[in-house]
Amino acid sequence: MDFQSCVTIQKEWDIVGARQMGRNIAKEIGFGTVDQARIATAISELARNIYLYAGSGEICFERLETIDRKGIGIYAIDKGPGMEEVSRVMEDGFSTSGGLGAGLPGVKRLMDEFDIVSEVGKGTKITVMKWIR
Amino acid sequence: MDTLKLDHHIYRDLLKQFIETQDEKSLYEAEQISKQLMQRHTSPEEIIHIHVKALRELFPNLSKEIQYSMDFLLETMISYGLALQEFQALREKQYEINSEISIAASMQDTLLSTVKPAIEGMDIGAISVPAQQMNGDYHHFVKDSQGALGVAIADVVGKGIPAALCMSMIKYSMDSFPENRMDPSVILENLNRVVERNVDPSMFITMFYGQYCPNSATFTYSSAGHEPGFHYDAKHDVFSEIEARGLVLGVSRDAVYQQYEKEINENDMIILLTDGVTECRQGERFIEHEEVLNVIKQYMHLSAQEMVDNVFKHFERLQDFHLRDDFTLIALKKYV
Ligand SMILES: Nc1ncnc2c1ncn2[C@@H]1O[C@H](COP(=O)(O)OP(=O)(O)OP(=O)(O)O)[C@@H](O)[C@H]1O
Ligand SMILES: [Mg+2]
Repeated sequence: MDFQSCVTIQKEWDIVGARQMGRNIAKEIGFGTVDQARIATAISELARNIYLYAGSGEICFERLETIDRKGIGIYAIDKGPGMEEVSRVMEDGFSTSGGLGAGLPGVKRLMDEFDIVSEVGKGTKITVMKWIR
Repeated sequence: MDTLKLDHHIYRDLLKQFIETQDEKSLYEAEQISKQLMQRHTSPEEIIHIHVKALRELFPNLSKEIQYSMDFLLETMISYGLALQEFQALREKQYEINSEISIAASMQDTLLSTVKPAIEGMDIGAISVPAQQMNGDYHHFVKDSQGALGVAIADVVGKGIPAALCMSMIKYSMDSFPENRMDPSVILENLNRVVERNVDPSMFITMFYGQYCPNSATFTYSSAGHEPGFHYDAKHDVFSEIEARGLVLGVSRDAVYQQYEKEINENDMIILLTDGVTECRQGERFIEHEEVLNVIKQYMHLSAQEMVDNVFKHFERLQDFHLRDDFTLIALKKYV
């Protein structure tokens, strides 16, 4: 896929860069302040997971436009260790932070669409989308 | 979307009123609004958004600094919003689990139900009350073809669902035993093998099995580490512990159980129980066996069923209506 904009995640500070780019794009597309903040939080969670568990990867953005709606697509891609039990990971209270609502289940709540493709030893690709209401 | 707009106008007017008057009335109304918002699962960041919008409308010249500070506040509230949503999801899940458990509990009631058989010369009373929804105690009556009564009472060390699952297993292995009479010791030996093979080693089951034969008026029994019951000797008006030694079920594959026999005379009584009875607590204090007997004595003029019901009520009250362990009490009264 050819993405319009990507941020490489290698250091913790790259998370900030990804948030910034995501927020700018969201603002341009026309998201309100609350949704901008939600999108930025989702990006943080995805980028932090890449930084913590895969070491490095990429966060890419896509402007979504159909006849009747506009939105943003975010792709978190890494070639890290992958996840064994995706359904376990998606349970509330599973995250190592002790389940304070964040983590991947939080990302799913913040966004409208959510998908994970992960293969052990190969990597993980998480796709999320949010539409302007 | 529409409800949000509505909230927005109400919120703005209320905020204006409060800024002008600082009266308690607007604060009370704010409290009502916040409850409504909660009911609609409105997250904190949305409330801040409503606040910012209202501020901008009321004060078009709002300073940049205040506006930025509000954006900052909104951002910090996102995680609280997520935690709230997670809380709501978990609460729904808990509700589901609770209703599943209560279905399981009523299934268990049906599965483990036992009928007190009519035995010549014997008045039978039994009560079994779980501490939580599911019962880890088990008792069962059978009457064999020669008119003898078989009575089983068992207690899983542990409470709740694991204990209840374990009990269903005991019930089904007992059902699969042959129809003709088996000695109590043989029954326990068979069950011991079943438990040893199928149950986690961390789980123990104690069990007492007794057989009353009306023709010979004898009570034959064996115990697998179960709480001793009592025999009331009417002629001498004394209670004595029904002592029986034996290893709890499931510890050793080839445990053997000794069998004992007692003569039962007119107006004698056999009391069987689980440790939920003897380990009743009053505050921090465990009650003594002596006290259990005193309560039994108090009600022993009643029928066997009325007696066990009243003993239960007594201990239920003593423990402030909060059972700490499953409670099972059986009384067999011999009459003329
Ligand atoms: N990109 C990834 N590659 C490999 N494993 C991952 C990746 N993202 C998440 N995981 C695994 O999934 C688990 C759950 O992730 P999630 O983000 O939900 O919670 P967390 O990171 O443990 O805690 P927090 O709440 O702080 O985010 C992680 O502990 C990790 O094992
Ligand atoms: Mg994480």
